Amino acid sequence: MSADFLYTLEVILNGLMAGVMYSLVALGFVLIYKASGIFNYAQGVMALFAAMTLVGIQTGQVPFSHLINAIFGTEVHHFGWTVPAVFAIILTLGVMILFAFIVERYVLKHLVNQEPIILFMATIGLAYFMEGFGDLMWGADIKTLDVGIPSGASVWLEDATIGWGVEGGGFYGFYIDKLDMVAAVVAIVLVVTLTLFSQYTTTGRALRAVADDHQAALSVGISLRTIWVIVWSIAGFVALVAGVMWGSKSGVQFSLSLIALKALPVLMLGGFTSIPGAIVGGLIIGVGEKLFEFWVGPLIGGATENWFAYMLALLFLVFRPQGLFGEKIIERV
Amino acid sequence: MFYRESGDFKTKYVDDNQTFPIKLDRLGYYAIIAIAFLVVPFVINDYWANAVMVPFLILSIAAIGLNILIGYCGQVSLGTGGFMAVGAYACYKLMTSFPEMSIFFCVLISGGITALVGVLFGLPSLRIKGFYLAVATLAAQFFLVWLFNKVPWFYNYSASGQINAPERAVFDFLVTGPNATAASKYLFCLVFVFILAWIARNLTRGRVGRSWMAIRDMDIAAEIIGVNPLKTKLSAFAVSSFFIGIAGALFFSVYLGAVEVGEAFGITQSFLVLFMVIIGGLGSIFGSFAGAAFLVLMPVFLKNVMVGGLGWPTDIAAHLEFVIVGGLIVFFLIVEPHGLAQLWRLAKEKLRLWPFPH
Repeated sequence: MSADFLYTLEVILNGLMAGVMYSLVALGFVLIYKASGIFNYAQGVMALFAAMTLVGIQTGQVPFSHLINAIFGTEVHHFGWTVPAVFAIILTLGVMILFAFIVERYVLKHLVNQEPIILFMATIGLAYFMEGFGDLMWGADIKTLDVGIPSGASVWLEDATIGWGVEGGGFYGFYIDKLDMVAAVVAIVLVVTLTLFSQYTTTGRALRAVADDHQAALSVGISLRTIWVIVWSIAGFVALVAGVMWGSKSGVQFSLSLIALKALPVLMLGGFTSIPGAIVGGLIIGVGEKLFEFWVGPLIGGATENWFAYMLALLFLVFRPQGLFGEKIIERV
Repeated sequence: MFYRESGDFKTKYVDDNQTFPIKLDRLGYYAIIAIAFLVVPFVINDYWANAVMVPFLILSIAAIGLNILIGYCGQVSLGTGGFMAVGAYACYKLMTSFPEMSIFFCVLISGGITALVGVLFGLPSLRIKGFYLAVATLAAQFFLVWLFNKVPWFYNYSASGQINAPERAVFDFLVTGPNATAASKYLFCLVFVFILAWIARNLTRGRVGRSWMAIRDMDIAAEIIGVNPLKTKLSAFAVSSFFIGIAGALFFSVYLGAVEVGEAFGITQSFLVLFMVIIGGLGSIFGSFAGAAFLVLMPVFLKNVMVGGLGWPTDIAAHLEFVIVGGLIVFFLIVEPHGLAQLWRLAKEKLRLWPFPH
C-alpha cells in the first residue's frame, strides 16, 4: 500500500479518536438538554472545574490559598499530603454532586418557566462564575493531571502496522496515542452505561419521562427538582470524565473550558436531543476537521480546525435543521 | 407629582407620537444631551475618556446593534466579536487605502461593509432557528477571526500581524492615533452614538421594527399575516451588523488604536456585548445603554476597590471579577429577567403614582 494512502488512513484514525473526545463533552450537553431543555453552556467549565478539583485534591492543595494569603498575609499552599487517584476521583464526584445541588437550589429553582434563552444566559453566567471560582480556589497556573492513564505512542500498534507500507516508503506504522484509545474505550462504556441506565432503571425512566413532557411527568408524581439534581450530577460525572481525559492529554488549564466550543458543532450536527447523535456527530467532526486540515489546510494557511467544524455543521443544518438524529422540529401556531 | 401626562396637552398627531410622552422625560433627555455635548467635553480627562466614557459609548452602539437582532427580531447571535472585527479591518483598509477620505465616512462605510457580511451570515437564519442558529453564528465568529489572522492583505502585510490606526482629524481635531485628545475622541464617538441611537429608536417603533417584533414573537404567525421573513430577518441582520460594524471600527480606530484580532474581537467580546444586552434588557434602547454602562463601570469600580483600596494582587482581583460578573448575571436573570430597562420602567410607573399610591 502506498504511503499516502496509509497517511490518510492514519489521519482518519486520529480524527476518530479526537472525535471521541469531542463526543465526551457533547454527551454532557445532550443529557441536560434532554432532561430540562436547558442548553448548558457551562459544561466545558464544569469539565475544567472537575479536573482542577481532582488535581487539587490529589496533590493536597489548600483551597483558596491565594485569597487567604492575600487577606491574612499567610504563606499556606499545600496540606502536605497526597491522595490516591481513586479516592480523589470519588471526592471530586462528591464535589460535582454538591455543585448540582447548589445549582438546582439557587439557580434553576428560580428560573422555572423562563424562556430557553434566559436559561441559556444563566448558564453562561454560571460558566463565568465557575471559571473565576475555580481559579480562586485552586490557582490559575497550568497543572498536570496524572491518574495513571497510559499515554504516548502505542508501540504495539506501530510494530503491527509497519509492515503494511512499501519498503523504504517512509512509513513507520500508525501513530496513535494510547490515551486516545483509553478515551475511546471509556466513551463506549459511558454511552452503553448511560443508555442502559435510562432504559432499564426507574430513575432512568423518570428522566425520559421528564424529557418527553414536564407537566405529564409532574402529574404522575415525578419530582422535577430531584430529577434535575440527578441530571446535573450525571452531567457533572460526564464532565469529570471529559476533564480527566482532556486534562491528562493537554494539562489542566483555562483552554480546557474551550472544549465546550468544540462540542457545540458536534451537537448541532448530531442533534441536541440524541445521545447516539453526539457520538456520531463527534466522529464526523473529528475525521472531517483532521482530513480538511491534512488536505486543504496547507493551501490556505492552516489552523482551520478552529472554524471548520462550525462550517461543516452549518452546511448540514441548512439541509437538516434539527441535526442528523435530532427530533423533528414541529411548529404549531 | 410632576411626573405625569396631565396638563401636557397634545393638539397634533405628531405630539401624540413622540418618543417621550411625559414632559419631565423630555426635559431630562434634553438636559442629558446638553450635558453630554456641552459640558462633558470640557471637563473630561484622559483617564475618564479611556477607561470609562469612550468604551461605554462604543459598546453602547454594539449593544444597540445586538439588541436589534436579539431583542427586537429574536435571532440569537454569538458572532458579535467577529462582526466588530469586520468593521475594524474594513476601517483600517479604508484609512490606509484612501488617506484623503474623512474618518467619519471611513467609519460609516465600514458599517456598510459589515452589514453586507452580516446579511451573508444571516442567510442560514431562514432555515435554522433557536439554539441551532446561536451556535451557527459562532461559525461567523471563528471563521472571521481566523480569516483576519491568516490573510496578510487585511493587515497590510505588517510583520506583527497587528493593525495600527493612522492619525486622522475631524475639523483639525485629531480623533485617532496616540496624540488625539480626550475631548475630541469622546465627542467623535458621542456624535455616532447620538445619531445611531436616534435611528434605532425610530426604526424600532416604525413599520420595520414592528415586523421584526412580529417575527420574534412567532414567525409562522407573522408570515401568515404578511410579514416577509426573508426581508425581515435579513434587514435585522443588516441593521444590526451595521451598528456592530461601526462599533468595531470605532473600537479599533478611536479606542484601542492597535488591534490584534484574536485578543480584541474574540469570543469574550461577543459574550460581553451579549451580557450588556441581557442585563440591560432585551428589546430596549435604554437598556442597551444601561447594560453597557453597568459592564464598563463595574470592572473599573471593582479594580479600584480591590487593587487600589484593599491592595490585593491583580490576578485575584481578575478572578473575583469573573465570579462577581457571573454571579450578577445569574442574580439579574433570577430577580428581573427583563433587565435594568424593566427596573427603570417599574420605577417610572411608581413615580407616576407618587405620592398618592392609587
